[in-house]
Amino acid sequence: MFQVRIHGRGGQGVVTAAELLSIAAFVEDKHAQAFPSFGSERMGAPVVAFCRIADREIRSREPVSHPDALIIQDPTLLHSVDVFSGLNKQGYILINSRRTFADLGIDDFVAKFPPDHVCDIGATELAVKHVGRPVPNAALLGGFAAISGQIQLSSVEHAIMEKFPGAVGAANVKAAQEAFAAVSKIKEEA
Amino acid sequence: MLKQMEGSLGVAQAIALCRPEVVCAYPITPQTHIVEGIGALVKTGELENCEFINVESEFAALSVAIGASAAGARAYTATASQGILYMAEAIYNAGGLGLPIVMTVGNRAIGAPINIWNDHTDAMSVKDAGWIQLFAENNQEALDLHIQAFRLAEELSCPVMVCMDGFILTHAYERVDIPTQAEVDAFLPPYEPVQVLDPADPYSIGAMVGPEAFTEVRYLAHDKQLQALKRIPEIADVFKDVFGRESGGLLHPYHADDAETLVVALGSVNGTIKDAVDTMREEGHAVGSVSLCSFRPFPLAELGDVLRHAARVVVVEKSLAPGLGGVVASNVRMSLRDSPTPVYTVIAGLGGRPITKAGLERVIKDAIADDLPDVHFLDLETDVIARELERSRDTRRSGPTAENILKDLASVAGNRGE
Repeated sequence: MFQVRIHGRGGQGVVTAAELLSIAAFVEDKHAQAFPSFGSERMGAPVVAFCRIADREIRSREPVSHPDALIIQDPTLLHSVDVFSGLNKQGYILINSRRTFADLGIDDFVAKFPPDHVCDIGATELAVKHVGRPVPNAALLGGFAAISGQIQLSSVEHAIMEKFPGAVGAANVKAAQEAFAAVSKIKEEA
Repeated sequence: MLKQMEGSLGVAQAIALCRPEVVCAYPITPQTHIVEGIGALVKTGELENCEFINVESEFAALSVAIGASAAGARAYTATASQGILYMAEAIYNAGGLGLPIVMTVGNRAIGAPINIWNDHTDAMSVKDAGWIQLFAENNQEALDLHIQAFRLAEELSCPVMVCMDGFILTHAYERVDIPTQAEVDAFLPPYEPVQVLDPADPYSIGAMVGPEAFTEVRYLAHDKQLQALKRIPEIADVFKDVFGRESGGLLHPYHADDAETLVVALGSVNGTIKDAVDTMREEGHAVGSVSLCSFRPFPLAELGDVLRHAARVVVVEKSLAPGLGGVVASNVRMSLRDSPTPVYTVIAGLGGRPITKAGLERVIKDAIADDLPDVHFLDLETDVIARELERSRDTRRSGPTAENILKDLASVAGNRGE
């Protein structure tokens, strides 16, 4: 079982990201379960969503408290919410930011993880460039495919197009592809 | 066809395959995406011969369903939480009139205090209104139970509530097998009402009944539930023949045969319970579980047969009868009325508090050690309780409990520097 926790803010497509990830895993014949943390949804409020991926039926219904990977869609959460809580010591961290880990004030923490398991990428900028809106979720899923190797980029593309057929989906696929390439390069260099 | 989709939208597709003729809903919180999904299918024409009626309240939603059903239409609606309370009078009417309406309850807590999250208080508040109540363990079962519910409801002329955990199932994406229209048509014949309001052959439904006949009418409602005890497993068998999978029935035992400790629960928490059972089995504990699919009718004999061999029973339930303890547990005790087996009540998951595998294992181990009170509240913050009791003892005008506790939690977090 591989467990992912996604942190972001209302309006950033956090719940949609978890749903897309579960569709991408399904495309690969895996079992997947995605669900939100059921807060009172409102723009800007911290939001958490979860996705479990496994080779057999997933029965657990509890929130993911020990994730194998974290996707952090908004770096301003780093110092207001305990986003790293319970993270697997060999886990993956993907942050939507163009700042260095030192700038974000997490370089000491991140140094405890394998260097090719942590990455930050300007997913919002990629979304603005390709989609025209600052919704970083699809780009981050492209990045997640690259950094974790848990899911193929083609499956992420399939999931995006299934949920958002047409031009919106195609633009998000472009953002995911560019993020995938960028994170793959960072991972190689790490 | 296997699909990865949200539980609510999967149920919407299953409902559409059942060819409802009237769907009415009050589309604001507490509501799910189910009626939104059905509305979309009506609009695109994928669901034909169905009138989707936006009403002004939950009371109206079920009242319209009652009218439609009495006029001979297959009728469906959905609600939860305060919505159930608001339609309570109509719920009793549908039950008393024996109208085969199917209603989804996306189970949620009931206020005050205001709480939008999952527990079973809403369904329990109308458990004795004469409706059949079925609880789904996962989204596949939620879909399947709706298809079975229409057949059961119409065969017996009795309304059926399909309960699926709000958010935990309704908002979860997981794989579901959506049946074909041909499969559903083979399983579910067209609705043939036992009573129908017809201008060509006029009579009244729901007239005044005095003491001379009221008890008999009520007895027959009880008898109908007893008939349902037989029909529910039979319909699940037919379902298996047509769809090729097991869903529904009265209850699902899991490693129950040789279990010394059996955990009983309703709904989605059974998934987490099964994971806990597997882990504890690996550790050498003879633990098993029973997922109760049918809560009304309550399978007293069938459940008793499974539980009787156990040394102890732990009922994990998302509902509380203040002043008594467990709602489900008191029913479970009736199934063991000829046995001294202890039945522990564990109140858990109220207002959306997560029920964790670790918490379940802890409480099951306490039960095995017979170190559990009769009624136990899982993960209860006893310090918080003690401070609030102290405040209310010290000050007459101590203020509202819920707000006091929130303030208390905030100040404790502040002192920890969070």
